[in-house]
Amino acid sequence: MENNGRSQAELGNKDSAANGSTGPRPFGLHRDAWGRLVLIDAYGRQHTGVDVVRAFPLSDPRRGIAICDAEGRELVWLADLDALPPPLARQIEEELAKREFVPIIRRILKVSAPVEPSEWEVETDRGRTSFVLNSEDDVHELDAHRALITDAHGIRYLIADIEQLDATSRRLLERYL
Amino acid sequence: MNRTDEKWDALPGPWRKATASLLEAGEVLLAWFEPDLDDHLHYARGLVVLTDRRLLSCSEPAASPVGCGAVRWQSWPLNEGSRLRTDEHGSAAVLELVDGSGRLACWHYTAAQTTAAQQLVQKWASWQQSQQTGSRSDGTLAICPSCGAAIPADAGRCQSCAAGPAKPSLSALFRLASFSRSRAGLIVLGFLLTLAATAASLVPPYLTRPIIDDVIRPWETQHIDNSALALWYLGGLAVAAIVAWALDWAKLYVLAWVSERISADLRAKTYAHLQRLSLEFFGGKRTGDLISRISNDTERLCNFLSINLIDFASDILMIVMTAAMLLWINPLLALAALCPFPLIVWMVARVRGRLLRGYRQAGAAWGAMTSVVADAIPGIRVVKAFAQESREIERFNASNERVFHAANRLNKVWSLFGPTVTLLTTCGLLIVWASGVWQIYLGRITLGVLTAFLALISKFYTRMESMIRMGSAVQRASASAQRIFEILDKQSNVPEPVRPIHPGRLQGRIELRGVRFKYGTREVLHGLDLTVEPGEMIGLVGPTGAGKTTLINLICRFYDVSAGAILVDGIDVRSFPVEEYRRNIGIVLQEPFLFYGTIAENIAYGRPNASREEIVAAARAARAHEFILRLPCGYDSLVGERGQNLSGGERQRISIARALLIDPRILILDEATSSVDTETEREIQAALENLVRGRTTIAIAHRLSTLRRADRLVVVENGHITEIGRHDELLGARGSYARLYQAQMELVYGRDGNGK
Repeated sequence: MENNGRSQAELGNKDSAANGSTGPRPFGLHRDAWGRLVLIDAYGRQHTGVDVVRAFPLSDPRRGIAICDAEGRELVWLADLDALPPPLARQIEEELAKREFVPIIRRILKVSAPVEPSEWEVETDRGRTSFVLNSEDDVHELDAHRALITDAHGIRYLIADIEQLDATSRRLLERYL
Repeated sequence: MNRTDEKWDALPGPWRKATASLLEAGEVLLAWFEPDLDDHLHYARGLVVLTDRRLLSCSEPAASPVGCGAVRWQSWPLNEGSRLRTDEHGSAAVLELVDGSGRLACWHYTAAQTTAAQQLVQKWASWQQSQQTGSRSDGTLAICPSCGAAIPADAGRCQSCAAGPAKPSLSALFRLASFSRSRAGLIVLGFLLTLAATAASLVPPYLTRPIIDDVIRPWETQHIDNSALALWYLGGLAVAAIVAWALDWAKLYVLAWVSERISADLRAKTYAHLQRLSLEFFGGKRTGDLISRISNDTERLCNFLSINLIDFASDILMIVMTAAMLLWINPLLALAALCPFPLIVWMVARVRGRLLRGYRQAGAAWGAMTSVVADAIPGIRVVKAFAQESREIERFNASNERVFHAANRLNKVWSLFGPTVTLLTTCGLLIVWASGVWQIYLGRITLGVLTAFLALISKFYTRMESMIRMGSAVQRASASAQRIFEILDKQSNVPEPVRPIHPGRLQGRIELRGVRFKYGTREVLHGLDLTVEPGEMIGLVGPTGAGKTTLINLICRFYDVSAGAILVDGIDVRSFPVEEYRRNIGIVLQEPFLFYGTIAENIAYGRPNASREEIVAAARAARAHEFILRLPCGYDSLVGERGQNLSGGERQRISIARALLIDPRILILDEATSSVDTETEREIQAALENLVRGRTTIAIAHRLSTLRRADRLVVVENGHITEIGRHDELLGARGSYARLYQAQMELVYGRDGNGK
């Protein structure tokens, strides 16, 4: 079983790397009647309940995308999303969007207390929300402009550009960076 | 003949003549050494001389100086059956001469003489051998791997590279000057600004005299209206205040910038130096203390440089300028006012030493306290598992108390000293008042002079006081500086070669030639010889403490050999620049260490500019790719001290990917699979197979099954190589490997079957 899965993954890699940008699609994706994602690989084999994941969701979201089976075994590796035929790329992007939930914080409205745990009220691209921050270590500066906040439930919030925040938000965030 | 003469020169002076007279014609001196203990292990000097015919020995008679004829020589003829051997346990050792009939003589010596004694033994052995085979192989001169100079075969260490005498310990604070040289321009600017600001601040007290004498007094006594003059003076005061403000501002900014810069440079240099020190240094240091030195002590120095030193400089200037002004206005009054000054200086001198000692103690106590924390936090699981929280708290409290007491001792001195200085300065003021009023009474000075004087002298003494208070800051800073320079003065035990040979990309042929290594006085490797061909995989087996890890540390050049040499591609590893050499080595350790950062960064640790494709390829080969994809942020997940929790096997596979990515020629696996379960081990084994391919590999493993791919197995026992061969050969030989293997098989398939 294990070996089968692996060899397919490797073949899938090769195919996708060779054919990703040109000609016929080496695999197909669709949702079945139960809403599960189904992959038909280059050999026509069907894998039900697969998952599309990004390898570098923060540093390089459009490159290095893997389709894994229910056990987490890699079936297909897509080196570059932009090299795929546009309909397939769109389809994969849609799947990724359904799977990923990382609200982007646009404004920080309020931080309840200067000591943790503190409650944050924020405005995100998905609407207003509030969350509890357990420790100041959960605010990570990704690079000079971006920060990732993990709340008490493990939900991640991204600040796409610190410079773009308004003055109040920046002041509230300052002490965590 | 020439070489023999050189040997004579090497003999310590007193012995030289005495020995020369003893030798017969044609007798060749082979080696000598000085035992430094007598039979009762009391210190006593002696000499053992080895020639091609006999062993000569003499001991220093108790009271008479060496060489005055009172020494008694003993001699033993040497023959085929004679053997010399050393027996070392602890710091006192013994050299024995034995033959077929028993022990003929023995000499005791301390660990300081170990190398010389061993050389003597080796010399004899090689001499005997060369006599038997008829060859004279020991005539070759060794070449210093560092500088390329010839080393006399028995000197062991290159004379031209030997560490020079320790630097004279200048005042540590003074040495800070070397760090400030690059900022000299700004420092001079700051100093000029200080000078100007001080001068500007002296204008107001000086102006009080004409204001009182030329404006107030004439109005009070004779109703003369000098308001125009008054406006001038007031304007002058205002201007002086504004100029002083501007100058102060500029001065503070410039000097604060410079001092912050200097202390940042110092911190950077200390840390860089620390990183380059050999592992041996870190073995003997407590992490907390090092952290405290880098953070606390540099911070203190920065504070001192930025705040205190500026104040100090401006205080001295102020004091000198005020004193000059006082003397200029009225010398007599000035002398009276300055009466307590010498007394204060004397007090400062007395207290200084005490403060310095106190601050050094306080710094050490602080370092110890940090160490307790730095010890306990990483070991918190053990602490909790053994329910020793309260003991850890006590341990911390104890060191915290020491910090308190160290500070308290300082405060005792300080609390008395500070007010005493205040008292003395008040006395000074009192003297000025008394003598000033007396002189006004006599009509020698005006009221204006006295007022100006009082304004100046109170400035003088305030400055004086603050300068004296600074004394404590100076001592504190110099204690800090000492602690930092202690690190900066440490030389790495793995020195960079003087004339480096650049390794480039190595082939990976490793040769050990008579490798010996000592930890302190304990020798753990007793002359290993081994050659590993490029691409060969060697499995090191043997009981714990046999010296396997030490051997690996030597190959990686974490330490340098005590004697012998390690050659890679035929070149002594000490000839390579350390960093360039290590770039050829990949290591996978038993306890993989992940730095705080993303998984991708951790994999690319050895090659930060690796592309994402390369990182993924390495992770795939290390069988880490799929579990990484399962993490919420994939390769961008944070790991390390504050990051995602990974299992031991996962961490191990990341560290294998790390080693794969640098594509090393030499691969070291130190118990890479021993801390994981069998299933994970299989995964890691598969990952390792990718890693090992085409590289010279040296692997240590306790589970012998791990080494089934090894081309040769090397059994190390008690610092010796006892067996070398393939698995089945060694099994056939029925030696220690066979026993080890048997024992493990019993453990796995043993009596009850539930052992691992």
